[in-house]
Amino acid sequence: MPDVLQILPQQVVFGLALGTVYGLIAVGYTLVYGILFMINFAHGEIFMIGAYLGWGVLTLLLTAGVDGLHPAWVVPLMLANAMLGAGLIGVGLERFAYRPLYTRGATRLGPLISAIGASIFLQNAVMLTQGARMKVYITGLLFPRTWRFQILGVNISALLVVMAVVAVLMMLGLQLLIQRTTLGRSIRAVAEDREMAAIMGVSVRRVIAVTFFLGSALGGAAGVLVGLYYTQIDFFMGYSAGLKAFTAAVLGGIGNIRGAMLGGLVLGLAESLAVTFMNPAYRDVVAFAILILTLVVKPSGLLGESLPESEKV
Amino acid sequence: MNWTRPASTSPPGLAQGGQVTWVRHGIRLAGPAAVVVLALLAPLVSPSEYWTGVLARICLYATLALGLNVVVGFAGLLDLGYVAFFGIGSYLYAFLASPQFGIHLPFLVALPIVVAATAVSGILIGAPTLRLRGDYLAIVTLGFGEITYLLLINGDRPVNITNGVNGILSIDPPALGRFVVTGNRQYYYLFLGFLCLVLIASARLRQSRIGWAWQAIREDELAARTMGINTTVAKLQAFALGAAFAGIGGSLLASWQRSVFPENFLFTESINVLAMVILGGMGSLAGVVLGAAILVALPEIFRDFQSYRMLVFGLLLMVLMVVRPQGLLVARPRSGTRPLPEAPAEPTGSPPRPAAS
Amino acid sequence: MLSLAGVVTHYGPVEVLKQVSLEIREGEIVCLLGGNASGKSTTMKSILGVVRPTAGSIAFDGERIDGLPTEAVVRRGIALVPEARRIFGRMTVRENLSMGAFVRRGAPAAEIAGDLDRVHALFPRLEERADQLGGTLSGGEQQMLAIARALMARPRLILMDEPSMGLAPALVDQVFDIIQAINRQGTTILVVEQNAAVALSIAARGYVLQNGRIVAHDTAAALLGADHIRRAYLGEA
Repeated sequence: MPDVLQILPQQVVFGLALGTVYGLIAVGYTLVYGILFMINFAHGEIFMIGAYLGWGVLTLLLTAGVDGLHPAWVVPLMLANAMLGAGLIGVGLERFAYRPLYTRGATRLGPLISAIGASIFLQNAVMLTQGARMKVYITGLLFPRTWRFQILGVNISALLVVMAVVAVLMMLGLQLLIQRTTLGRSIRAVAEDREMAAIMGVSVRRVIAVTFFLGSALGGAAGVLVGLYYTQIDFFMGYSAGLKAFTAAVLGGIGNIRGAMLGGLVLGLAESLAVTFMNPAYRDVVAFAILILTLVVKPSGLLGESLPESEKV
Repeated sequence: MNWTRPASTSPPGLAQGGQVTWVRHGIRLAGPAAVVVLALLAPLVSPSEYWTGVLARICLYATLALGLNVVVGFAGLLDLGYVAFFGIGSYLYAFLASPQFGIHLPFLVALPIVVAATAVSGILIGAPTLRLRGDYLAIVTLGFGEITYLLLINGDRPVNITNGVNGILSIDPPALGRFVVTGNRQYYYLFLGFLCLVLIASARLRQSRIGWAWQAIREDELAARTMGINTTVAKLQAFALGAAFAGIGGSLLASWQRSVFPENFLFTESINVLAMVILGGMGSLAGVVLGAAILVALPEIFRDFQSYRMLVFGLLLMVLMVVRPQGLLVARPRSGTRPLPEAPAEPTGSPPRPAAS
Repeated sequence: MLSLAGVVTHYGPVEVLKQVSLEIREGEIVCLLGGNASGKSTTMKSILGVVRPTAGSIAFDGERIDGLPTEAVVRRGIALVPEARRIFGRMTVRENLSMGAFVRRGAPAAEIAGDLDRVHALFPRLEERADQLGGTLSGGEQQMLAIARALMARPRLILMDEPSMGLAPALVDQVFDIIQAINRQGTTILVVEQNAAVALSIAARGYVLQNGRIVAHDTAAALLGADHIRRAYLGEA
């Protein structure tokens, strides 16, 4: 037992850092859900593609023999590439796989099935073009192992700090955009009352596309961060990450951006602690357990408003 | 519950006003009769043991798909974790008819036990989902599917129940008295027999009171409740029956493959079965069987393009939703009444919130 | 300014508007009367492009607008004060007003600030509550906000869908005084109402809609005087 207590602070720190990344992916889910009331099941795959895009940049720089690689400029480059690519794929998805469905007044089943199909398609597209074996992020070249420090007995690497800080900054940036800009207001307007937003002159189509871009870009960024930290990526990583991020979004209150961030932190922490005390193989069960508990006990999540009576079954 | 027939009842194509001509009767029976004959003769024209196996697999999956059809097609509950029941059924059968625990019950004894137990698991898994709708229901059931898989693959520690990643081997083949089922052809007829049972059961269920209740729930749960339908019981019944059919399928798989592995019960399998239901046409029994046939046979035919299989599958799902979301065959309306009308599509406006309460 | 000619609109299989024709001239206040399910809201939605008519035409300043997407219709200078307010409850009053001005994104900030001042002059209470969430306002205040929000678009024509609904009589008078004030400042107004008495008190002309059909059309005075209108909509005199 004493060993466990010793590593506890370490696990807490790690859990929180991981949680910020979960939150980043979760925000992508929640953004789309707030606007369309659909779960973009393929979001996990967009996260995965972001990871591959970041890997691509790193590998390109390495094989081109570029000198003086420093995370201060390499990481933003990787992020930019991943975010742009992921964002565009998200927009493409919305345009071709989802939009034809809701303009026809399809049942709720349609978009979900289509999203599952998109998820399978993207997974396999990456597998076929990039190979089934995992790819490696040679993070060591960017972040030397020596870049770590100790606080109160806890080992923290610079990489972990960067990962968490980038995630938090992005989420804050998004929050700012949503709350302070005209674009953000139009997104909120469409999320709250699409018809009225259109009557205000908002191009609902454009807002939906932008929202998809933003959410997907964030997911892509998370992919790079995860790639950097865990160094191994494969075409299947989006599946469990996606489900966990969805759990985080639901936990925090689906449709609520701050909720997604909070949910991510809670999930990361819970997972980290659970794994400390029990069989690590059941790591994923933690997420599902939280999901099921949330939906059964308080479906509106931690920060969500309880739905008005008229919307309850 | 008193269902009165609406004023203009007969949908086009069916008999008018209760009068049935022999010609119409004959045509209606000719189709299914031909299918039955074909099904019975199929193994005789099959080119090899392997292809007979494919036929058997079609029957197996059709059984599964019919089970999911009860949950998704009849009751409208989107279950993404159906593979859990399949896995539970398979492993339960393995427990009862293999060296794992040294129990070797005969097929006809083990099967009902497995079916009953799987039905119970259906109720257990369905219970937490009762107040959920749409996407949430889907994800939670998916979660249960994943949990089941994790339990199967990690069930060898601390106590070895499932034998973990190695699976359970040397499962007894089905034996009826002294007669042991051997060879794909015999398995095919066995599976075909069960498929017919399940088909008949499905058809009966659809016509029954519970079938009406399910349809009402599927169309509008709130309205169904105000009509006095106990939606809780009805939904649990749907889960239980769907799971029971999966229990049959699981037993069949275990006794045919003579082994079960956790890898048999991945999420992709849930989607596979769901695709059969959707492709074929939700609620339509013939459609579901057709969907199963297509989705089992096609990958076999295009064996060479194996690696593209999932890619095409994903694409198929997306395209299907755009082009023909109702599936290939439309569910036949219950005789004498017209199907409940779709709510008119609102031209624009906010999509409905999939509320979870 | 705005004319509907033989407009037919369906909701699914149901024909809601049956050959509706009406005309609004610049500077007028015109009212459209009718009971529940008479098709009043559908008329609004048809004008705004939220719903597409199956037949007939709608023209604004001589240009056809039926079939245009809502964003395009609104940009031509038509604003809506919707039934039951429908302000953005999760946004502040200030944000609601700035959403109202959304359609004038390119306009200089000073111009929009000027409109904001004018709106605050008409609705001082809104200025007090600038940072409050829309959802926390009272019914009457929400109605003010809805009107103010529409004004921020500097529309040439405002459609008002049942502005009196759910408001106490004193508030109703206040709201209709404001509607008159807005009209005097140069905005054309179409008021759709169940409360015929108060609507006819400020309108120049009125149309009566029943089951999707225009059954009467006259000056407000004439309508007020007509017996069958009085009986149907105003109660026995």
